[in-house]
Amino acid sequence: MRRSDSLLPLVAPVALVVAVGVGSTLVSRSTQISFLSALVSVAIVVAIYVFVGNSGVLSFGQISFVAVGAFAAGVLTVPLESKAFVLRDLFPLLRDHTIGNVASLLLAAAAGGVLAFLVGLPLMRLSGLAAGIATFAVLEITHNVLREWTRIGPGATTLSLVPETTRPLQATLGALAVIVAAFLYGRSRLGRMLRATREDPAAAQATGIDVHRQRLWAFTLSGALAGFAGGLLVHMLGSITTEQVYLELTFVTLAMLVVGGVTSLWGAVVGALAVSGLDSFLGRAEEGVNVGFTLDVPAGTRLVAVGALMALVLVLRPSGLTGGRELTLRRRAA
Amino acid sequence: MSLLAAVGAQTLVDAVGLGATYALMAVGIGLVFGVLRLVNFAYGQLVMAGAYTLAFTSGWPVAGSIAACFAVVLALSLALEGAIFRPLRTQSPAVMLVTTFAVAFLLQAVARIVDVRDDTIGEAASSLASLNQAVSVGGVDVRKVTIVAIVVAAATLGLLALLLARTTLGLHMRAAAADFRTARLLGVRADRVIGSAVLLSGLLAATVAVILTVQAPLVTPDYALKETIVVLVGVVVGGIDRLWTATLGGFAIGFASGVINGALPTDKTVFLPSAVFALVILVLLLRPAGLFAGSRAPLVERT
Repeated sequence: MRRSDSLLPLVAPVALVVAVGVGSTLVSRSTQISFLSALVSVAIVVAIYVFVGNSGVLSFGQISFVAVGAFAAGVLTVPLESKAFVLRDLFPLLRDHTIGNVASLLLAAAAGGVLAFLVGLPLMRLSGLAAGIATFAVLEITHNVLREWTRIGPGATTLSLVPETTRPLQATLGALAVIVAAFLYGRSRLGRMLRATREDPAAAQATGIDVHRQRLWAFTLSGALAGFAGGLLVHMLGSITTEQVYLELTFVTLAMLVVGGVTSLWGAVVGALAVSGLDSFLGRAEEGVNVGFTLDVPAGTRLVAVGALMALVLVLRPSGLTGGRELTLRRRAA
Repeated sequence: MSLLAAVGAQTLVDAVGLGATYALMAVGIGLVFGVLRLVNFAYGQLVMAGAYTLAFTSGWPVAGSIAACFAVVLALSLALEGAIFRPLRTQSPAVMLVTTFAVAFLLQAVARIVDVRDDTIGEAASSLASLNQAVSVGGVDVRKVTIVAIVVAAATLGLLALLLARTTLGLHMRAAAADFRTARLLGVRADRVIGSAVLLSGLLAATVAVILTVQAPLVTPDYALKETIVVLVGVVVGGIDRLWTATLGGFAIGFASGVINGALPTDKTVFLPSAVFALVILVLLLRPAGLFAGSRAPLVERT
């Protein structure tokens, strides 16, 4: 088997995610939420990696696809009896129908993918700062529309009563699905062509690679996976607001990716779990936690610590905790 | 029908004032980008720090309060430059931007801890509130602070232009912005140039803090965050590569926001952000190097 066909780079991320998933069943309900939230973060960050990591183009807009997926899955799974009262202005198509759990996740993925494709058609021509600002504009537009257009969703109010179907099994399987999809894409010819454009756009074009098309593929896949992750998110929380899928989530997930290592799948997984873990741990430390001795830190320390850690990692090890590489058993020649 | 007749003098004046304030921030961001090639997302936090200083020194005489604000902002700018920006100079734009994100996040969190000691978020910076009163000029109600903003912006930009064009330091800064490595080979002192850019950028942030707290005295940890984002967008749309295009971009987006906000009836303004950002995308697609940059201008991909 050729080295490039090896499934080895998939082993570590899968093992880690399964470990977290199994772990989540062994802990108390309140701790389980942290574990599930970590798994959903993995899904989101890996979805972002599919585009940002492979293309080298920084996009601030991926969370808009998470938002669209979350709201699509959420609005269409609110029980019919309550929907008409709680969401009065909805289009009849949305108001009079409800779909099942798996269907809602697939719909979320489709919504994210379609939106990403439409947005990507014009935007994938841009690079660098222009791409960053343009994708940021997409995030702002999505946020604005979701917040104000009450015919497609709850608008500025909280969408609640969404069935909480993301328990350990769904969260783990969902995260694994996203990881496998990202791995298969990365190993495919399309993924390799896109990475070529990341390393040297001019040389890649000279070998006949259509930069715009490859970026569009990745962007669309990334959008679909992000939408799927949004579906997982809304079914974990049981509710969603536009502010939960906006600036703070954009920053946190992007930082998770960069801290882990932008250019590798393993980096995405490690970054997401590490930052989630730290965040949860400090969140409990704010209330006093027993680690051999009692650790009690003032409120607000958690955010300071997470921000400080991220800044520290970026200054000291800019290629991320994983150095931007996948974890394989093969030893590199020194 | 002229723009004046369409939206009214009141809106125009307010829009110019907003544009002027944004132009100041744009210069601050553009200066640092010029020499460090760093997009400083944490710029708004400098303004926030200045605003908090003004709030905490509300009881002081006005001059003392402003002096404290400037001192704090300058100290913070230099600290950030030394601790964060300098080690990161060789990294990719993605890493640099995310790091400034992390710094902005961190500073917000620190501010939240400091602010919450009295159990409320938000401090009032009201010593300069008198400037928020209006003065009638030719039938139009102009707030004094708007006049101050326009005058200060014009004066500052004029002085800056003089500095860059006529002084040795300005020459060095322009050389460093054009090609850092070669400039150093020719004898330009890197640390002096970077220090000056950071210092000037800090002065501008402090000025903006003073102006903003007059119009919005309640200071919260995310003060000036929205403005920073808007200005960043404006700067990239205008053309971040050169200082005057960046400034013009900042002014333009402030002015445009002010005009559109004043011209649309209130119930329609809810979709204003979408309209503005759709326009931004359009401009970036047509002119990726910036609206005001020459058509031959290179994209900002310099290593």
